[in-house]
Amino acid sequence: MQTETTTRGFPFRRKSKQASSERISNRRFIVAFIITIFGFLAAIAANLLFPQIADVKITDYQVGAFTLDFNSLYLIVLAALVLIYSGNGIFSFFDQDRRKKFTKSAPFRLVVGLALGIWDVLGTKLLLLPQPFFPGPAKILEPFLMEPSYILQQILYSLRLFSYGFVIGISAGVLTGILIGWFPKVYYWVQPVLKISGVIPAVAWMPFALTLFPTPFSAAVFLITICQWFTIASLTAQGIQSTPKTHFEVARTLGAKTPYLVFCVAIPHAMPQIFTGISIANGFTFTTLVMVEMMGQPGGLGYYINASKVWSAYYKVFAAIVVMAILFSLILKVVGLVESRVLRWRKGLVKS
Amino acid sequence: MSDIILDIKSVNRTFVSDDDSTTKALHDVSLSVNRGEFLSIIGSSGCGKTTLLRLIAGLDTPESGELILNGEKIAGTNPKRGYVFQQGSLFPWLTIENNIASGLKARGVYKEHKGEVQQYINLIGLNGFEKSFPHQISGGMAQRVAIARALINNPDVLLLDEPMGALDSFTRADIQDKLLELWRKNKTTMILVTHDVDEAIYLSDRIVIMTPRPGEIKEIIEVKLPPPRHRGGTEFLAIRRDILEKLHLASAAPQPEYTI
Repeated sequence: MQTETTTRGFPFRRKSKQASSERISNRRFIVAFIITIFGFLAAIAANLLFPQIADVKITDYQVGAFTLDFNSLYLIVLAALVLIYSGNGIFSFFDQDRRKKFTKSAPFRLVVGLALGIWDVLGTKLLLLPQPFFPGPAKILEPFLMEPSYILQQILYSLRLFSYGFVIGISAGVLTGILIGWFPKVYYWVQPVLKISGVIPAVAWMPFALTLFPTPFSAAVFLITICQWFTIASLTAQGIQSTPKTHFEVARTLGAKTPYLVFCVAIPHAMPQIFTGISIANGFTFTTLVMVEMMGQPGGLGYYINASKVWSAYYKVFAAIVVMAILFSLILKVVGLVESRVLRWRKGLVKS
Repeated sequence: MSDIILDIKSVNRTFVSDDDSTTKALHDVSLSVNRGEFLSIIGSSGCGKTTLLRLIAGLDTPESGELILNGEKIAGTNPKRGYVFQQGSLFPWLTIENNIASGLKARGVYKEHKGEVQQYINLIGLNGFEKSFPHQISGGMAQRVAIARALINNPDVLLLDEPMGALDSFTRADIQDKLLELWRKNKTTMILVTHDVDEAIYLSDRIVIMTPRPGEIKEIIEVKLPPPRHRGGTEFLAIRRDILEKLHLASAAPQPEYTI
């Protein structure tokens, strides 16, 4: 940033030797901009110009006032991507840091666009890929036209299941962790149980859960809860036990009693570990969530995958996978944002 | 000055290490501290000076003997005995402001004394750093915060355990002056553990010289220099030479200064 201000306004400045302080010139940025959107434009061109050779049934759907088939939805998505990246590019033009980021992603976005184009031609236009396992990218979008509210219902079901398990699991995990970390007696009796049950994949409990819990939903919540619970409990306990003795002594000389030592010293100190626990647990949770839904739930994205598989509707399986990728990434992103907010006191994590 | 605030009566403390060897950290230590005085305890490492300070704080208990503060036997910690640790004792997850307030919050009296937090920030000259986190400020600033955090509880005695030990000499001189300023203002009794002879002479009314193995009080020196004291003054240097000689003679088997 410092070097940038001195050279601002000189498009033909000398090339800097250091990569870190490298400035993206206007010309280079425009090239990156073209590369970025070229891939998606090529995909659009491939879709429009390449004739539909194979015999594929293209159904029209009524969406509000419009009539759409999956191919037009695919084009809309591509056009949207072009618009989003163009907007991002124009926005980034005015900031060196954003320019750098945008330029760095350009080759990847180009390849994504080109790959979509090739896939489209091979998958939908020529039907060269083994069917019905590998439909083209446009076909994958068809479920969103065919049954949008049904898919939304499954998303909400998964989200509800996740939220219950997440909240109960974190609460139980942090509570157990505090008790283990604070009371040596609890550590003695509970830690071994935690250690052994911690390595068992949650789905192994499924037969019990499905018979012992009144509803499939509560059984699934239980399985997701234990995913979070054990991981978070042991990491919370570790965090609490590793609190430096000095911190407790400082608090005691200031007149603190046990509640202050637990809630204002030990728990804040354990916060980084608690978040590590949450991140690890989330990985298990997503796996468990999908598996549980595939095996014994009346709804959810896992259920949707399983139900579609029975009808060999693999394009729906792909659609569900795309939704999962977006949904789970969003969940991780939100957790990450909360984490960086809560842990902003940590060295190196503070962003100015 | 004959008003005694703290009376230490033949205190003993022995530590047993893992291999069952024992270290006599304090052997029959007796000491009276006057109300409002600035007392320094000086000695080589392992002479029990920190142990003595921890006993006064109530962080440790003696095997025999007793410590009496204001007529009451010391048992456990009490905010009336403030303690400033060596480096790195601030809570890293709290802002400077909240670190100072933690003294009040720990006692549960934050609401009543809220305004004092800003007063102490002004007093230690950290305006503008209220919302900073400990890792964002320098070591010298951090120690000033640690002193303010202990003082906000308005203690009868402030115990300082080498609070300037890890600081460079300029920062150290700066904090010493700050400490004197706070001392004169609050009239808190100060007990400072240090291994810096100059620091002890610059700040103290009396200097306690301790010797190791077993930890004992060798001598107590009164410093009768009027403020402001000059670190290069003739009398200052005379006292310094005197103490250094005593410290040197103090250990029966002189330790090598550097071990490789």
